Amino acid sequence: MASSSSYNCPCAACKFLRRKCMPGCIFAPYFPPEEPQKFANVHKIFGASNVTKLLNELLPHQREDAVNSLAYEAEARVRDPVYGCVGAISFLQRQVHRLQKELEAANADLIRYACNDQVPTALPAPPGASSIQSMAPRQRPVEYNRRMGNEGGYYQAPGMPMPYNLPWNDNPSGDTDGGGGGNM
Amino acid sequence: MRNHEPRASSSCAACKLLKRRCSPSCIFAPYFRSDEPKKFAKVHKVFGASNVSKILNEVPEEQRDETVNSLAYEAEARLRDPVYGCIGAIALLQRRMVELQVDLAIARARLARYSAGSPPILNDHGSIMIPTLAELPACGHVPSQEFRFV
Repeated sequence: MASSSSYNCPCAACKFLRRKCMPGCIFAPYFPPEEPQKFANVHKIFGASNVTKLLNELLPHQREDAVNSLAYEAEARVRDPVYGCVGAISFLQRQVHRLQKELEAANADLIRYACNDQVPTALPAPPGASSIQSMAPRQRPVEYNRRMGNEGGYYQAPGMPMPYNLPWNDNPSGDTDGGGGGNM
Repeated sequence: MRNHEPRASSSCAACKLLKRRCSPSCIFAPYFRSDEPKKFAKVHKVFGASNVSKILNEVPEEQRDETVNSLAYEAEARLRDPVYGCIGAIALLQRRMVELQVDLAIARARLARYSAGSPPILNDHGSIMIPTLAELPACGHVPSQEFRFV
């Protein structure tokens, strides 16, 4: 974590804002002078005073991560003014959905093979029940349901279905070509 | 008797919050209806009205609706998670993607053994040997830019 709150070396924020970088400047630890674009992007999208308010609401040990995530979002929004980093979320949601479908299909094939094998160690499945649990361990489809619950601050925006439906695909705003999401 | 002129149409949510007159050419009005005050309040709190106005002025008019929706989504994410905002969702999705890719590669490797007609390789306990990652075929593109916090 760089600290440049010295009289002789203003941080990138104070350089940008053309003000004296005081000791205790809230921006100084996170916007070193050698990364001017980082603050320029954050300032353009969020504004200095909004960032100040946000940082003041956080504990000191959380601020570096907060600044990094703001910088990431700001850069994404500068590159793609229409979708910003939401484009990446939509792209990843589609990829996850696709992989889940492919895994389901592969597991279904595994079940078919396993049933055809008629391995003696497998208990006969009760009628109508899923064949997964009655199989010997080596025949069980690959588990994909681990860690599927919400965690790490992920949420579903109210009023917005998941996946976040965007009319485009692989390219950032303006181009439509079918498929995935924004590039960064 | 003084004639009372009819009031102008009601202000949009943005102008109501900003306590200003909503002009016919207000850039916010089409996207921040007066019956959705929270939408603009959140966007204003995170981005600020003037920044939103600049962003909207930069994009073609036909894309402003999507722009506002994505800004509202980001603002909501940031308010719920002030440290990571949307980035938390991105990191989680990337992790899920990698997990699914590994699981899919394992399942396909098993299928390949079955379809080749070769019996599964068993270990000393009679259980099937799961191939190591190095033995697996390429399982597709993994996003090269994984967002990491140290």
